[in-house]
Parts: sequence; structure tokens; C-alpha cells
Amino acid sequence: MKEIVIISGKGGTGKTSITASFAYLSGENTVLADCDVDASDLHLLLKPETISEEDFLSSYLAVIDYNKCRDCGKCFEVCRFKAVSFDNEKFVINSQNCEGCGYCANICPAKAISLKIQNDGKLYISKTRLNKTFFHAELGPGAENSGKLVAKVKKNAKKYARENNLEIMLVDGSPGIGCPVISSLSGANYVVLVTEPTVSGSHDLKRVIELVQKFKIKMGCIINKADINTALADEIKTFLKDQNIELLAELPCDDVFTEAMIAEKTVAEVSSEMSGKLSQAWNEIINSIRG
Amino acid sequence: MKIAIASGKGGTGKTFLSTNWAAYMSETTPTVLVDLDVEEPNSGLFIKGDLLYSETAYKQVPDWQKTNCSMCGKCQSVCNYHAVLKVKDAILVFPELCHSCYACSELCPTDSLPMKKNRIGVISHYKFNKLDYVEGRLDIGQEQAVPLISQTNDFPAKHLQNVISICDCPPGTACPAIESVKDADLVILTTEPTPFGLHDLKLMVKSLVILKKKFAVVVNKWGVGNEDVLKYCGSMNIAVIAKIQNDRRIAEEYSKGNLVYNKFDFVRSELDKINNYILNSGESK
Repeated sequence: MKEIVIISGKGGTGKTSITASFAYLSGENTVLADCDVDASDLHLLLKPETISEEDFLSSYLAVIDYNKCRDCGKCFEVCRFKAVSFDNEKFVINSQNCEGCGYCANICPAKAISLKIQNDGKLYISKTRLNKTFFHAELGPGAENSGKLVAKVKKNAKKYARENNLEIMLVDGSPGIGCPVISSLSGANYVVLVTEPTVSGSHDLKRVIELVQKFKIKMGCIINKADINTALADEIKTFLKDQNIELLAELPCDDVFTEAMIAEKTVAEVSSEMSGKLSQAWNEIINSIRG
Repeated sequence: MKIAIASGKGGTGKTFLSTNWAAYMSETTPTVLVDLDVEEPNSGLFIKGDLLYSETAYKQVPDWQKTNCSMCGKCQSVCNYHAVLKVKDAILVFPELCHSCYACSELCPTDSLPMKKNRIGVISHYKFNKLDYVEGRLDIGQEQAVPLISQTNDFPAKHLQNVISICDCPPGTACPAIESVKDADLVILTTEPTPFGLHDLKLMVKSLVILKKKFAVVVNKWGVGNEDVLKYCGSMNIAVIAKIQNDRRIAEEYSKGNLVYNKFDFVRSELDKINNYILNSGESK
């Protein structure tokens, strides 16, 4: 089983629209995973029907039992996250600031503090309208541990792929270079970079390439909205060549991305031009991971 | 006063709005632009200022000292992040998992885990005409953005007085985004009138309601997509304070790293609407 992860550094370059198109163009041997867990959009194009769902219980929150609390303030003294304050004659935990480290619970002389596990979101297994099995998740509003949730989505999808002898796992990643991205890269066989020829797209691409190089994973790149700035697109192409990164496709700036989204379709389904370029890119990726 | 520019979905125009608005506002009011998208800081590509000051940012992690360690394993048992591991004859520390809670260090009976600073990135302060610009830049390979966001966020209050802070926030709705808006007086949610823009806007609204934050919406790329974002905001009583017309010329200028508020009247007039909203809502200090 081979894992293909689609990331971009910068958000809004067309990552999810392109992942959805690959989901459409790929064969029966593919399982899908959305690892952009805190702003996941892939389901909007794939219209999944839920097969099963499960709570994501992960982080902890300190809770004070006021029947036992003696107001000694030790919890306030040791907390590094400004999560304990003295309010209305008592010590209170601010749930937004608490990181669930448990230091306060550990040292409370009255044993008045306990840690309660939190529901940080939901994990889903679904069947998409393209008849592919789809693993996805939704991080609760403001919840922590997106990296762990990504790891869990991937683990479930991987297990399913192995059990069903599927050849490919297609993963939509998140923007940035932090923990959810690093988590989505772990174990990947091929990374598809989606960029745009803007100063920010190119800047973020270089940072994300440097990250992927640390993992020594093979990369290919799609330049979306290539005609917005052809000079910068050429610079990006030269850079890719220097870094030995395959150029998989150049796509024009086209409202068809938004039109497809509104029609709840992938761009490959509504535009023959996009479909042609993306099928070629998909074939190159498959050849590359098989080779 | 601190105003956070956030979005949920990436690529909706947070950096575009933050840089143009901050540069425009700084012409009349002392303003600092703070780039809290430390994983991919982009504001500096548009605000090409002179570097005034720069410092390395650190987080504190335990550093095992073998000499007095009795191998009691207390450090491992108190760490909720699996960042400290007791193996046969050593204590291993994984800095990328550590949240700097100090529990292992301070509860160690033999003081064998003193905290040591571990580099996570750089905070820089630039000046661009009248505008102050502060940027946090995470080292590549670092997993946790939150400690650097928190330090970058604290920088203006320590070094600059009586300024309006405009903060360019990271995308998403997870801890980096929440950390960035946590102490804002007002959050401006930048969205685009598309199904993805709307879906992620709703997620961010849910988070801000829980945080009890005051917020309003700016619609960018107005003209693409449909009117569902406006319908949603109307039904939720969320103020839509400006709509910036979709225009290929903006995308082309943006791609080159240029500010556009001085080039296009239709952009400046929308920024004026945001200024008016802030004046009228009594937020200006």
C-alpha cells in the first residue's frame, strides 16, 4: 500500500479541489483520508454517507471538587498556562487555557483536582458518491490535539487499506508546517505539493519543501492559477528543477474551481481541460510510486 | 486594542486584508501589524520594512542530568504528553512533545531534570514607513506553533505603546488559530463566498461563540460563488462590514507582493467601512 499526501504550505491554493479530482480519477484500489481535520472540506465535494462514527477522546481538563478544595492556591502557583485564577473567592480553572498537563492535580494537597477526558471531535468512516471508502474527522471547536487526530484518521485508513488489499491511500493534508502536517507526512510515500505563483504561495512552498526533505519523501508539484504571474511561475519551475521535484501540472486560474464546488462536483468532472491535465498528473504520480 | 484577522479556510485573504488595512491605518493612527501565522508568515512579503530588532524564541524543556538521578520514574509518571520516557539506564526527553508544564522538573526528588531553553523560532520587529511590523517565524521541523504564537502576541505590549494591533492569524480552527484570537478585542473573519469558505466560516463562528468573542465578517472575492455567506450571516445576526470585489488585477498585484489600497478606490472604500465600523462600535481607544 502506498500513501499519497497532498499539502501546500499556504492555504487556499486548491489542495482540496485537486484531491477530490484525484479521488474521482483514481481506480477502485484507492481509499481516501481527509487529514485537514480542523477545516475539512473534502466531504463537501464527495457527499459521503456515514457508515460509522466514533468520538475522539483525547485531551484532559483539570476539574476542581469544591467539597474538597481548601483554597491553598498551590494549583495557581504551579500552572504555567494561566489556567487557574482566583475569582469570586475561589480558585477556578479556565478550560480554554488548561492544557491538561495534570501538574495541579498531582500536587493538590487536598486531592481536590481530577483530570477529565475531553471529547475533542469525531472520527467518521463513510462511503463517498464515487463509491470509495473515506476516513475523515471533525475536530471540536477550539479543541486540541489535531496532530493526534490526523494520526488516528491515517491509522484507521491504513488498516482498512491493508485488510482490503488496496494499493493507494490518498490523503488531503492541512496548510502550514506544524503538527497536523508533520503527522500527515509520517509514513507517506509521495507528497503532492499544490502551489500558486504568488509571493506567498512560493514562500510557503519553499518552507514546506524543506520540511518534506527532512522526511526524505519523493515530491511532485502542481502549479495552480499559473497564469496569474507567469514570471513567478517560471521561477517556481526553475526552483523545482533544482530541487529535483517533478512538475506534475500547470493549471490556469479558472472560476471552474468555484463552479464545481457549488455544483458539489470535482473540477475533473466539470472541465475537460482540468480533467486532461489532472489525469496526466495522476498517471505520473502512480508511475512514480510504482517505479 | 487588538483586532485579529482570522478565517477558518486558508487563502480567503487574511494576509491581503491585514497588510492593506494596517498600512492604510498607519497613515493616520499608530499601528502595529503582527503576523501570528508563524508556520507560514507572509505579511512581510508585502510590508518590506527595515529590521529594527530580532530575537530567538525558545520554549523550556527538561534536560536530564544523570549524576544524582535515582531512576525513580516519577518524571515519566507525571508527564501527560509522553515526552519523558524512562528506559533501562536513562531518561529520554522528546522536546517536540513537551508542553513546558514543568511538572517533571519540579517534582523530581533529586532535581535531575532542570529546564533548559530549546530554540523554536525567531521574532522580528520591522518598521515600514509609519507602520510597525512584528513577525513570528517557526523553525522548520518544529511541531508546536502555540508557544511561538503566544510570545509573538505578547511582543507589542512589551515594546510598543498606544498602538492598535492588527493580527494576521493562522488558518484552521485548532489550537494555533484559537491562541491567536484568545485575547483579541474584536475578530474579523475573512471569508470568500464559496461553499468551502462558508463551511469553514461556520466552524470558526462556533469557536468564537464558545470563546465569547466579539466578531464581524469581511467577504473577500465578492462576485465569485454565490450569496449563501450573506444569507448565513443574516440569519445569525453577524455583521458583514465590508465586501471586497473579486478582481483579477488584485490577484495579479498580490502575486507580486504589492499593496493595493492606494491603487484601487474600491478597495480603499471597503477599508474605510471597516474603520467606520470600529469607530462606531466604540472599540477605538
